[in-house]
Amino acid sequence: MGKRKRLEEEDGHKPLAGDILPSQIKNKQKRSEASAKVKLEKKKAKKQRIESRNKAEKQAFELGEIPLPRKIPRTIENTREVDETIAQPDDDELHADDGADEFSAHFRREHTPKLLITACQKCFSRTRKFIRELLNIIPNAHYYKRGSYTLKQIVKYAKNREFTSLIVVHENQREPNDLLIVSLPEGPTAHFRLSNLVLSKEIKNHGRATRHLPELILNNFTTRLGHRIGRLLASIFPQDPNFHGRRAVTFHNQRDFIFFRHHRYIFESKELKEQSSKPLSKTDAVAPKKKLTAAKQAVIARLQECGPRFTLKLTSLQNGTFNSKYGEYEWIHKPDMDTSRRRFFL
Amino acid sequence: MQHDEVIWQVINHNHCSFKAKTQTQNFCRNSYNVTGLCNRSSCPLANSRYATIREHDGVLYLYMKSIERAHAPKDLWERVKLSKNYGKALELIDKHLEYWPKFLVHKNKQRLTKMTQYLIRMRKLTLKAREKIVTVPAKQVKRETRREAKAEVAAVLDKAIEKELLQRLRSGTYGDIYNFPVKEYEKVLAMEDMEAADEEEEDVEEEEAEVEYVEGYEMEEEDDIEDIPTISTRSQLDNNSNDDDGGDLNEELKAQHTQFRKKYIANRDSLALEDGKGAKRRKRQPHVEIEYEEEYEKAARSAVF
Repeated sequence: MGKRKRLEEEDGHKPLAGDILPSQIKNKQKRSEASAKVKLEKKKAKKQRIESRNKAEKQAFELGEIPLPRKIPRTIENTREVDETIAQPDDDELHADDGADEFSAHFRREHTPKLLITACQKCFSRTRKFIRELLNIIPNAHYYKRGSYTLKQIVKYAKNREFTSLIVVHENQREPNDLLIVSLPEGPTAHFRLSNLVLSKEIKNHGRATRHLPELILNNFTTRLGHRIGRLLASIFPQDPNFHGRRAVTFHNQRDFIFFRHHRYIFESKELKEQSSKPLSKTDAVAPKKKLTAAKQAVIARLQECGPRFTLKLTSLQNGTFNSKYGEYEWIHKPDMDTSRRRFFL
Repeated sequence: MQHDEVIWQVINHNHCSFKAKTQTQNFCRNSYNVTGLCNRSSCPLANSRYATIREHDGVLYLYMKSIERAHAPKDLWERVKLSKNYGKALELIDKHLEYWPKFLVHKNKQRLTKMTQYLIRMRKLTLKAREKIVTVPAKQVKRETRREAKAEVAAVLDKAIEKELLQRLRSGTYGDIYNFPVKEYEKVLAMEDMEAADEEEEDVEEEEAEVEYVEGYEMEEEDDIEDIPTISTRSQLDNNSNDDDGGDLNEELKAQHTQFRKKYIANRDSLALEDGKGAKRRKRQPHVEIEYEEEYEKAARSAVF
């Protein structure tokens, strides 16, 4: 009812008593015709609105006035619920924490990351393929068969052999659906839900990654928790990437989903066409040759995806190494956290 | 009263509620059965003298019944707790079933072996960590997939990655690997500009001058007739006149106006790059960000020169 009212107000005409909404028509053909008509009208109105706005702006400029500011569309990102833990660049406490946490040794380059990858006890081909691709991406990663060992035994084993992280891939119905990252020797343990896995082969025009050390892009890890997760993910990869390889591994956080991507890139200069801010007649008259040489060039980065791609969502972060029974949880996702779609934790 | 043969006849030929029939053989469900099979010798009902082993909470007991107690069902079974030690338990069985049929003694010992083994296995399994399978509400899964798809769209990943890489290139992360010396490049551009600007310089400055002082109406005109050489003097004249009656334009408004004007020019120029025509370019949004910067820097440099 409210919607209808609003529609009427916008249109500026009052409907007749017999006026009905398209959705109230029972004949499908008529209904679709009517709704198409309404849609078209709306589209037209929108176009007109934009045109008139542009016109007004232009006019305002010509008159030397300041045009009305454009409306900023409301997105989930800019209407996000305020989170006081969002890290500021001048946060001394945060820097102090960074210096003292479990990853500080890694960031001080005290050791090179060494990774143990394993899966659940009985894993199928897709999981194995996924692990193979992980081994290609992450330098100094080693795959071990799970066997019948418990995770605690594996953690102990890995600690003894000076592994710095442990990754366990779980699967459900032959599809990898869970990722556990344990930072060794002291933790923490992060548990992610893995979804939307696309292996390299399934990506169209995928490239082949070289064995160079990749560089890491971590985007949007803003809050305290996000910062910590970002450091955890960064600690898997070596500190000094080989830039000649032009490989980029991305963890992009958007609305608490961490998107993983793996690209090859290349910088190219793209020639831009002559800027014609001044009238052509004049440039022709003055120095056409020089103008040509001064053609603007912009540097662009072209990307080719190497794959795989997948999405992670944090379900829990645990202090120390894996201990599902007596472990202390730093953060755990609970259903009542999902009550607002504008509340994010990373 | 207790007649084993009669009981067995009934069980075998008529009905027994403990009997489980399969195609090959019959089993017995009675918990006192020592073998689990349904036959004459191991039937706990049709034998007035019987012995078996049962387990209560991990403890094994030897159960015995005899014909003397058959009239009192309450006291029918005599129970002996067996030792946890397998050897001692065997000795106990031997002791209590000393003169019993060899069949029962043998079957009880077999049963003891089997039960001690399964108790050991049970204890081991309870200590072992096992994976727990949990369910996830289908509704939640659906919601998550939907939100994930939307988040992916909102992320515009390729753009974000490209932006980050370019930023690294500009901030010098890659050192001298690349032959895109951005700063030097701009310098060269500026040099070329300077050469070319011998003639251009004036009108660039004129533009700046226009931006600073001229009222909107005149500007429009000047845009059209910029190439007339007398323009500098004219704009200066305009400046003077503006200064004279400058009371109507207060400083703030002027500053805002110049800002807007600059932005507009930058916008328009970058749009003009797309192709030669200028009329309908407003619709297309500019999508290369670097252009703006270069534009500004260029302007700034040429102003310095």
